[in-house]
Amino acid sequence: MPSHALTAFALTLTVALPGAALAEWQPNRPVEFVAAAGPGGGTDTFARVVQSALSKNELLTTPIIVANKAGGSGAETFIYAKSNKGDPYKLYFGTQDAYVLPLANKLSYSLKDLTPVAALVFDPFILWVNPKASGIEDVKGFIAKAKEAPGQIKLGGAKAKEADETLMTLIERSTGTDLTYIPYKSGSEAAIQVAGGHITANVNNPSESVEQWKAGVQKPLCVFESERLADKTVIADGMSWNDVPTCVEAGINVPSFAQPRTVWAAADIPPEALAYYVELMTKAVATPEFKGYEERGAQIPRMLTGDAFKDFIKKHEASYAEMYKANGWLKAAE
Amino acid sequence: MGNFGQLMDGFAVALTTHHVMIMVMGVLLGLIVGVLPGLGAPNGVSLLLPLTFTMDPISAIILLTSMYWGALFGGSTTSILFNIPGEPSSVATTFDGYPMAKQGQAVRALTLAFTSAGLGALTGVIVITLLSSWVASFAMRFGAAEYFAVYFMAFASFIGMAGGSPFKTLVSMMLGFAAATVGIDTISGESRLTFEFDELIGGISFLIAVIGLFGLGELLLTMEEGLKFEGVKAKLDIRTIARTVAEVPRYWVTLVRSALIGCWMGITPGGPTAASFMSYALGRRFSRRGKYFGKGEPEGIVAPETADHSAGSCALLPMLALGIPGSATAAVMMGGLMIWGLSPGPMLFSTRPDFVWGLIASMYMGNIIAVVLVLATVPLFAFILRAPFTVVGPMITIVCVIGAYTVANHVFDIWLALAFGIVGYVFKKLDYPLAPFVLAMVLGDKAEDAFRQAMLTSDGSPAIFFSNPLVSTMMGLGILLLCLPLITAVFKGGLFGRAGDAGAQGRSA
Repeated sequence: MPSHALTAFALTLTVALPGAALAEWQPNRPVEFVAAAGPGGGTDTFARVVQSALSKNELLTTPIIVANKAGGSGAETFIYAKSNKGDPYKLYFGTQDAYVLPLANKLSYSLKDLTPVAALVFDPFILWVNPKASGIEDVKGFIAKAKEAPGQIKLGGAKAKEADETLMTLIERSTGTDLTYIPYKSGSEAAIQVAGGHITANVNNPSESVEQWKAGVQKPLCVFESERLADKTVIADGMSWNDVPTCVEAGINVPSFAQPRTVWAAADIPPEALAYYVELMTKAVATPEFKGYEERGAQIPRMLTGDAFKDFIKKHEASYAEMYKANGWLKAAE
Repeated sequence: MGNFGQLMDGFAVALTTHHVMIMVMGVLLGLIVGVLPGLGAPNGVSLLLPLTFTMDPISAIILLTSMYWGALFGGSTTSILFNIPGEPSSVATTFDGYPMAKQGQAVRALTLAFTSAGLGALTGVIVITLLSSWVASFAMRFGAAEYFAVYFMAFASFIGMAGGSPFKTLVSMMLGFAAATVGIDTISGESRLTFEFDELIGGISFLIAVIGLFGLGELLLTMEEGLKFEGVKAKLDIRTIARTVAEVPRYWVTLVRSALIGCWMGITPGGPTAASFMSYALGRRFSRRGKYFGKGEPEGIVAPETADHSAGSCALLPMLALGIPGSATAAVMMGGLMIWGLSPGPMLFSTRPDFVWGLIASMYMGNIIAVVLVLATVPLFAFILRAPFTVVGPMITIVCVIGAYTVANHVFDIWLALAFGIVGYVFKKLDYPLAPFVLAMVLGDKAEDAFRQAMLTSDGSPAIFFSNPLVSTMMGLGILLLCLPLITAVFKGGLFGRAGDAGAQGRSA
């Protein structure tokens, strides 16, 4: 191309672009959703539900591609975000892992490499047992059994440290018991181990155990929330989510331990793009597909965006840092 | 028989024109995906998943499972033609498939693989049909100790059969374990052997290792041997296909043994990859033609292929009944179920029998369609081999590099694959076996997790591995398999009156 043609081309671009930038930012090519979990995992389902809600309701007309980067408990996703600084065509889906992972492991990314978009929904945590195999029917029975034989109650969860093991240490501290944590690859795997009577109890999100509850091989003891869950539809044994007591009611003083389902973008994306995605996510949450997802998982419909989300991140990170410190899990100072 | 009636209802669902069309499309897509190493069934299925959001769940699962069957068949194609396994579970197919192709018998090798794979898959589906209600409760009995016992059996059967130097087998296996360790450890949450490389934090993908060790390693070797590629002489005779199909029933002993191993490993958490290895190992040990294994023996193709596919089919059952996926592809499909609004778990069979039995019926159909379609592609693939090595060589390199990149879209992985290529070349030159390395890489991580979970559960007492009849039997069998070479050595030594000699051999092993 001759140079004057190039100049002319550049000129038209500079003339045309300001107009485009003033208008609302719109993606004009495929958007990638990166899930910080393997296929089938909680975060993967989350990302794909948002994908289906957006494309079914034609809220986003460019194609959406979901990719899984589950390596390093999901750290791979956020490292990938760091290497795509300023790219508004990629969104990253996770939980609190985005800011909790760097606490214990030496990782090359930090929260500075991410732009918070929104927390779409909160997943509560529930303490489960297999009533037949363990003989435990309620929290009282659970605590009594734990005191009777210190270290003999095996409690399963997903992965080491992070949410599940942290929650176990909170239970131990508030009840003065000694439990043994057994990490599995996923929350559903731990649930099956409880259902099969191989371990005593587990903590996970409602959706990971609800089918075992219906089958009568698991029972929810209490929910780690300040209020009971809202859903009053009967699920099993004549009980609904609403009939599950809060843990504080039942005798474990751990008031709130929900897990946010979060969406991130890379650092330094154009503010218009961020505004666009915040609005897009707000629309996604209102779709019937997303409502169905919330109901199935007995999740708490609480959306956070903008400063409210940033404040939440700061507080949540600080509380995790404190718990990690108490457990001696913080990474060694460099 | 209640199951039979429900299966007939399922056929009524699956046999509509619409669904048969979906099956054909799924199988064809799967074939393409399976042939490309690195892309593989899990990636293919997750790429296809968004397409299913607007479908009804039955059509959607039929599409995804058909693609899965297609990919499983496609994976064997490149194993045989180029020594590059398209799928992890088709690694064992390379051991005899590739030598056969090199001897100019590519058509026979491919046909053998596809036919026995189809038979294996059908056995798997029949097992699912008959045992579906029983499997869920059986799978519940698997705790960490039982998981470990399953893996232990797979390792033991491999060590027990290894030809050549046991020392070399052990070295190879240990290196495999080391490679499997890289990344964040499930039990402690610490990163291990990552040397602070971001790229290593997710661990080393098994596919990268396989592409390097087999594909690139073999290429280096072929180049050194002076650019001769005997596939060129392959005769293209359509009648060979029919003749080979007719030949398969002759291997019925191997077929039955392999199908049993496959179903067992599919229902228990072993999975298709372990099943194909174990079946190959046991075939080599127990078949009368065992000593020809590795040199292009037909039974060496039949054994892993049958087991791979029967395990692949059976692995869907734990996914549906427990919500625990038996393979990476099953995990993606499970994600799909949840998005379509179905919850995999013990209640799925009673809440949505039309879905479950429609799916099972479609597995019969899908596999038959897949066998017919892949057999039709045999001449096409065999034709590729007729191209001179100067064309095929670069093509393999390109396929390997693209494959390595596609696994996770990391450029770093291409270098890693090249490094594994060199490792593969050195292994071959020094006559170290690659199979134990691969097996350890596939199962090492899972076996380690299961072992440590079991030890945590029992407060460190190894008695947990003999705590109930199920786990004791499996561990006992494992130990028996491990000691088999010793026992046979002593036994034979006794027969020929050279007990002392054999005993000495046993000690050195």
